Amino acid sequence: MTTTAPTRQAAPRSAVRPAVPPRRRGKRRGTGLAALLFLLPMFAVFGVFSWLPILQTAVMSLQETNLVDTPEFVGLDNFARVLDDPLLWTAVRNTMWFAFLALVIGYPAPLVLAVLMNEVRRLRGLYSALAYLPVVVPPVVAVLLWKFFYDAGPNGLFNTVLGWFGVAPVAWLQDGGTAMVSLVVESTWAAMGGTVIIYLAALTRVPPELYEAAEIDGASVWRKVWHVTLPQLRGVLLITFILQIVGTAQVFLEPFLFTGGGPANRTTTVLLLIYNYAFASSLGGDYGAATALSLMLAVVLALLSALYFRLTRSWSTT
Amino acid sequence: MKSSRFTATAAATLVAALAVAGCAGGDQEGSGGRLALTVAIDPGLEQGAVDAFNARVAAFEQANPDVDVQPQEYKWDATTFTAQLAGGTLPAVFTAPFTDGRGLIERRQVADISGEVAKLPYAKGFNAEVAKAGQAADGGIQAVPIAAYGQALHYNRTLFTQAGLDPDKPPATWAEVRSAAKQIAERTGQAGYAQMTAGNTGGWILTTLAYAFGGRIEQVSGDSAKSTLNTPQMRSVLKTLQDMRWADNSMGANFLYDWATINQDFAAGRIGMYVSGGGNYGSLKAQNGLKPDDYGITTIPLADSPDAGVLGGGSLAVVKAKSSPAVVAAGVKWIDFYYLSKLTAQEQAVSDAKTSAETSQAVGSPELPVFDRALHEQRQQWIAEYVNVPVRQMKPYTERMFDQPLVPEPTRSTQQVYALLDPVVQAVLTDRGADASALLAQAESQAQALLDRK
Repeated sequence: MTTTAPTRQAAPRSAVRPAVPPRRRGKRRGTGLAALLFLLPMFAVFGVFSWLPILQTAVMSLQETNLVDTPEFVGLDNFARVLDDPLLWTAVRNTMWFAFLALVIGYPAPLVLAVLMNEVRRLRGLYSALAYLPVVVPPVVAVLLWKFFYDAGPNGLFNTVLGWFGVAPVAWLQDGGTAMVSLVVESTWAAMGGTVIIYLAALTRVPPELYEAAEIDGASVWRKVWHVTLPQLRGVLLITFILQIVGTAQVFLEPFLFTGGGPANRTTTVLLLIYNYAFASSLGGDYGAATALSLMLAVVLALLSALYFRLTRSWSTT
Repeated sequence: MKSSRFTATAAATLVAALAVAGCAGGDQEGSGGRLALTVAIDPGLEQGAVDAFNARVAAFEQANPDVDVQPQEYKWDATTFTAQLAGGTLPAVFTAPFTDGRGLIERRQVADISGEVAKLPYAKGFNAEVAKAGQAADGGIQAVPIAAYGQALHYNRTLFTQAGLDPDKPPATWAEVRSAAKQIAERTGQAGYAQMTAGNTGGWILTTLAYAFGGRIEQVSGDSAKSTLNTPQMRSVLKTLQDMRWADNSMGANFLYDWATINQDFAAGRIGMYVSGGGNYGSLKAQNGLKPDDYGITTIPLADSPDAGVLGGGSLAVVKAKSSPAVVAAGVKWIDFYYLSKLTAQEQAVSDAKTSAETSQAVGSPELPVFDRALHEQRQQWIAEYVNVPVRQMKPYTERMFDQPLVPEPTRSTQQVYALLDPVVQAVLTDRGADASALLAQAESQAQALLDRK
């Protein structure tokens, strides 16, 4: 941000315009048309698969429909019904709890791993591949695998390990107190590889002279990380932070496949609630409520992102 | 530039919308200009079963030369049915459980086939209790019952033997169920009794037990319905489960079972007893590799109450909504030919049983009559030669299943009310301090709000 601002001031639009000859402007228009033609497929794809569904979602949130009969406009009734549902606040609490746990467990983990891997001089490629491997495993397969690990019986993988140390079996997914933590641990394992690669790429851009200077000053490893690495990564860290918040607010796969929102709604998240509104009843449920809640979630996340970027603008490096 | 961009975007959107619109609506033309009729075929069948199905298709097409039958893999699955229904991707003729019959009809999500069904020679011969699941408010049959069952208590005979119990004398009361479960858990280390709790099945089984204890979960009077979840019977059910879970520790370690996962664990010998549909044997064997020697089934113990009964269920055949009259007529012909003739005509019954037996599918699983009991027993004689299920092990159920009063599933907002009961039973089984009465009171108030919306 600070590097681009002076350039803009130095070349205001009014100063540039007279320098462009009319003939060149005409050529530009031609180029623009060609570009537009190339963009057409993108417009078509986005239009049909992104913008049109978003528009339909907004319209459907004002309707009562079973997608077979003619829809009936019901104003803001769907929004009122969703806000009146006690399960909404349970889902919001659960989602915030998941997001908090993911920040505590999942946010620092890839950073620590990336910094450690960056310090390694040999076999870095192998470590990178190993770190990225869970991302390659299809999510559903990963969840099924972890279901075996989390088996609440004494023969479950984790419980067998605990048994070696004389610890009683833990009801990982079957207990309201441990279910959400279990989901976060698995999702951290599954998603960490991608973030590690991003951090590793960012770390290559940190000037080595900074570390050399720190070493000459007698800085310990921890002080080098704190005073050199983290400040140099702050732009990337801010981006991954907001991406994580947005991602965890939309967590669905883990509660859906591991627990179905149980036990007793302790892992029902906002997105799972949206799914349940629409699909939990095999007759096709409340599409109006599902789309109303989807819109509310989208607005909240957009506002949150905007607020976050505004608050952290001064820290950003780009 | 702005206007041309807008024009381009609008044109692209219009073209795409037209393309999408072009994919839907109207009768599809089959080969040779015939009427195309998509029909459901079970996914994952062995080649022999597929060949047998195709032979039936060929026979139908010979009798109806203007129809091109096109098999489409489909099996009702709660997690995908809604999307298929909303997306219009179901076959023209498909099946659905009794639970959804009334709802599908009321929401006009299936075609009104009552006129065509009324023309069938046996239209008035359906078992009255069974037919209710597919009847509209005016009494017309818009969803045709093709199979019926009552809920039952399934048990593992091997675990019974290992626990020192007599597998030929299964529990006949809930006190005996509790005692047997405790004995199995203590002596084998497996769950003595397990229960479905997830994906609306928690509500389904809790309702089954409430019926067995003499309760009901809703009272319908004309257009209005009253939720009756918080009853002494339902509280007794939850108290029994609480005792088995927390006092006896006889329910194992998994309290998030749905239909598929509980079947898996039962077939794997990890569960002593559980409640599910009486005709479940075929699925347990084909899908979960159940060892026939392990299998036992008995009637659900009923409380000493005049209202105690067995929750009934079954399958309905329906035709997709917005089908043309031609498709409706052809669809009902297919339902008659493929699903019902094997219940009413000897030749088709024998042919179907023979094919099923040859392709290792279960023949002779317990079921309730779709028509009258005499025809049902007549059919059992027709197919006796091909029966391949462990009949002797099913006697505790088959000898008494007709003695138990059959009670249909609730008719209003059934799945949604079941969904409200899932967290109740999950809380009772995962939280030692769960207040069952408070949970039921809350669920009842939410269920009433649902019923009032109708």
